[in-house]
Amino acid sequence: MNNTQIVHPIECEAPNEQVISESVFSNIKYAVVGMAFGIVFVKAEIISWFRIQEMFRLQSFFMYGVIGTAVMVGMISVFLIKKFNIKTLSGEKVIFHDKTFNKGQVYGGLIFGLGWAITGACPGPLFAQIGSGFLAVLVTFLSALAGTWTYGYFRDKLPH
Amino acid sequence: MLELIRQPWHWAFAGVLIGLTVPTLLLIGNKSFGISSSLRHICAACLPANIPFFKYDWKKEAWNLFFVFGVLIGGFIATNFLSNPDTIVVSPETIADLKALGITDFSHLMPQDLFSVENIFTLKGLIFFVIGGFMVGFGTRYAGGCTSGHAIMGISNLQVPSIIATCCFMIGGFIMTNFLLPLIFKLF
Repeated sequence: MNNTQIVHPIECEAPNEQVISESVFSNIKYAVVGMAFGIVFVKAEIISWFRIQEMFRLQSFFMYGVIGTAVMVGMISVFLIKKFNIKTLSGEKVIFHDKTFNKGQVYGGLIFGLGWAITGACPGPLFAQIGSGFLAVLVTFLSALAGTWTYGYFRDKLPH
Repeated sequence: MLELIRQPWHWAFAGVLIGLTVPTLLLIGNKSFGISSSLRHICAACLPANIPFFKYDWKKEAWNLFFVFGVLIGGFIATNFLSNPDTIVVSPETIADLKALGITDFSHLMPQDLFSVENIFTLKGLIFFVIGGFMVGFGTRYAGGCTSGHAIMGISNLQVPSIIATCCFMIGGFIMTNFLLPLIFKLF
């Protein structure tokens, strides 16, 4: 019936690889996962500007512990999914993407790092901070949108 | 039970739950974890302006917008119903360093000296919200991901570019915190 090919966004970095399309209702499950994630962010105080300051001043192990543990758990999970070819709930093969190196990871990474230390937020905690009632962060969020848009606008002219 | 939830969670507990987001998203819908992409989808949905980078079927990636909306709601729930009644415990060295820079409020997750609505239209607001936020949005997309997409998802999948990106995030953060912030605070 549907002969149109699935159009992928140019190198979308967090792609949806599910073949079966999902209804709005079905998408609610991602909001539930996000909600759990947001609660963890606040309860472990990861959204705190102070935690980020501690991390970049090497004065607390906390954030290194959080990120290190998360990476270990993620790594073991990915290993197990690949090793036992674990299928998704709808029975599809899990698709992983290899990333290719480009200079953007260096330049962009440094720029993001500078911003991360000022705002005390990477994009995830940004949403949790707003939900927590730090309304000033709405400005940070809008400005982050402007930054993303500006990147899109100048993308071809930037070194990659 | 509620008391147990209300106290600040241990880093290992938080780390495990955050790490489990990776297989959860993969297995419930074949989705690769990554949060900064949501900013791109919002641009694509609201102001594509005929820019090729924003011309794609963002609706197919709508799951990511549901996810970040969930994060916002989660933040609201945790802060309003599960919050720790005590003040945040910050490393004494960090408190001493920040006091020297002029931070006076250590009672919230974010210092009110900086992150209050009153500061939006001030020089502090320009630097900490507008410029900082811009660098977060521009840098993450230029790098192709943020802490979630590169540091957690990418490294979990053993991607060398993600390790490089994560190192650069950290270098940027060290430079800002230890060399640039002291200069910035001299402006106030």
